[in-house]
Amino acid sequence: MTDFGFTRAKSSTVNLDEVDTSLYRRILQVEPDVRRCMECGSCSAVCTAAPLSGMSVRKVIHALERGVDIAPMLSGCMLCGKCTMVCPRGINTRHLILSLERYYKKEEKA
Amino acid sequence: MKENVVIIGGGIAGIEAAKQLLLLGYCPIIVEKQDHLGGHVAEWHKLFPDMTPAKDIVDEMTSEISGANVFLETTVSSLNRLSGGYSVVLSNGIAIVCRAILIATGFHLFDAEKKEEYGYGIYNQVITNRDLEHWFNSGKDARIDGREMKKIGFVHCVGSRDLKAGNSQCSKVCCVTAIKQAIEMKEKFPEAEIYCFYMDLRLFGKKYEDFYINAQKDYGIHFIRGRVSEVGEKIDGSLQVKAEDTLSGKPLKVSLDLLVLMAGMVCNPKTTEIARMIHADIDTDGFLRSRNNIYNIMESDRPGIFLAGTCTGTKTVPETVAEARAAVLSIHNYLSR
Ligand SMILES: Cc1cc2nc3c(=O)[nH]c(=O)nc-3n(C[C@H](O)[C@H](O)[C@H](O)COP(=O)(O)OP(=O)(O)OC[C@H]3O[C@@H](n4cnc5c(N)ncnc54)[C@H](O)[C@@H]3O)c2cc1C
Ligand code: SF4
Ligand code: SF4
Ligand code: SF4
Repeated sequence: MTDFGFTRAKSSTVNLDEVDTSLYRRILQVEPDVRRCMECGSCSAVCTAAPLSGMSVRKVIHALERGVDIAPMLSGCMLCGKCTMVCPRGINTRHLILSLERYYKKEEKA
Repeated sequence: MKENVVIIGGGIAGIEAAKQLLLLGYCPIIVEKQDHLGGHVAEWHKLFPDMTPAKDIVDEMTSEISGANVFLETTVSSLNRLSGGYSVVLSNGIAIVCRAILIATGFHLFDAEKKEEYGYGIYNQVITNRDLEHWFNSGKDARIDGREMKKIGFVHCVGSRDLKAGNSQCSKVCCVTAIKQAIEMKEKFPEAEIYCFYMDLRLFGKKYEDFYINAQKDYGIHFIRGRVSEVGEKIDGSLQVKAEDTLSGKPLKVSLDLLVLMAGMVCNPKTTEIARMIHADIDTDGFLRSRNNIYNIMESDRPGIFLAGTCTGTKTVPETVAEARAAVLSIHNYLSR
C-alpha cells in the first residue's frame, strides 16, 4: 500500500454487534441489581474519589455494559460506600466494586 | 326522591363528578376535609399547558355545582356495608345511606423534608414547587422577597423514582411543572441564570414539548442531566449544589441563590384509611387499586365503590376531569341496573 504519510484513526463507533459483554454477564450473576441503573450520576456526584481519580460507578456500570475495560477506574475507589447511600435505585454499588475487584484478582492469579 | 351519591373529596375530581351527577338527576353529597373546594388545584397559580389561571378553573367549576350538598371541614368517620349499599357516618355526626360512593381523595405532595440531603426545612434558600406556586399567588415568601436572585436551580424527581424515598414511580407532572416554573421565574428575574437538574425529561402531554423548546430558545434555561446528590450552605449564604454532569462525565458544582424542589405525587394517607374501612385494595404503586388499569380505572373491586382522579395514580387536570365524568357514567349504569 502506498504510504501517504498519515494513518486512519481507529473508528470510535460503538459497534454493538462486536461488543464483548462476557464480563458484564458474569457480573450480573452476582450483582443482578446492576441492571436497574438509570445513569442518574448520584453515585459519582457524592464520590470523594471522583474529582481526582475519575472514578464513577455510573461510568463503571456503563462501561461494563459496553464491554470496555474498567480495571483502571476501580483503583480510585476507597470503598467508602457513599455511593451506595445515595443510589435511588437501591443498587449496592460498593458491593459491586468489591465483586469486580475480586474478579480481577482471580484473573491476575490465573 | 333523588338518589344520594356520596363523593369523598372536593378536589376537581369531586367537583366535576358532582356537576355530572346533578345533570343526571342525582343528589351528590361532597365531603371535603378542608374549608374550601378545589383541592390542590386551588393552591396553584397558572396551569399548563395554556397558563390558565387555576382560580378561574376552580371558580367556574364550583359555580356549576350550587345544587350539590357540600360539607366542608368534614371527613368520613365510618363506612359500613349494608345490604345493597353503604352507611356513611361523617365527622359532623350526619349519617347518609347510599348505594354508590365515589372516592376522589386525590394525592399527597411528597414531604420534601424527608430528603434531608436537599436541605428543605434546613436552609432558607430551599423551597418546593408548592411554595413557589404560593409565592406566585400571594407575592409573599420571606425566602424569596428582597433577596438577590442571580442563580436559581430546579431539582426534578424529588421523592419520585426513588426507592429510598419509598416511591419508585414517576410523578409525571413535575417535569413540565419545573419547566413552567423556570420560565415564570426567568420572567420575574430576567438577569438570573436558571438550571434544571433532570434525569430524563418526560414531557408527554399536549403541547408540553413546546414548554421545553421555549425554555431553551426564548428563556435560555440550562438543562443539566444529573441528579442532585447533595446541597450545602456556603459562608456567603448561597447554596452549593452538587451533581454529576453525566453528559460530560464530570462532577459538577454550582452556587445558587434559590433551589426549588419538584416534590412528587404520592398516595394520600387519608385515602388508605378509607380503603381500609371498606377493605379495598391498594395497588403495587401505593395508590388505590382499580378493577382494571386499562379500561376500568374508575371502578374498584368493591360493589358500589367508584374512583376518580389522583387517588388511583398521578394525573393532570384534564385527565382527572375526564375520569370524573367517566366515573359518573359508571355510577349511573350501576344505579340504573
Ligand atoms: C406542583 C404541581 C403543579 C401542578 N400543575 C398542574 C397544571 O398546571 N396543570 C394540570 O393539568 N395539572 C397540574 N397538576 C396536577 C393537579 O394538581 C392534579 O391533577 C389535581 O389536583 C387532581 O385533582 P384531584 O381532585 O384528583 O385531587 P386533589 O387536588 O388532591 O383533591 C383531593 C381533595 O380531597 C380532599 N380529601 C382528601 N382526603 C379526604 C378525606 N378523607 N375526607 C374528605 N376530603 C378529603 C382533599 O382535601 C382535596 O380537597 C399539578 C400538580 C403538582 C404537584
Ligand atoms: S446512583 Fe445508582 S442509579 Fe444512579 S448512576 Fe449510580 S448506580 Fe446508577
Ligand atoms: S465507595 Fe468508591 S465509588 Fe463509592 S463513593 Fe466511595 S470512593 Fe466513590
Ligand atoms: S415527571 Fe419528570 S420530574 Fe417528575 S418524577 Fe417524572 S421524570 Fe421526575
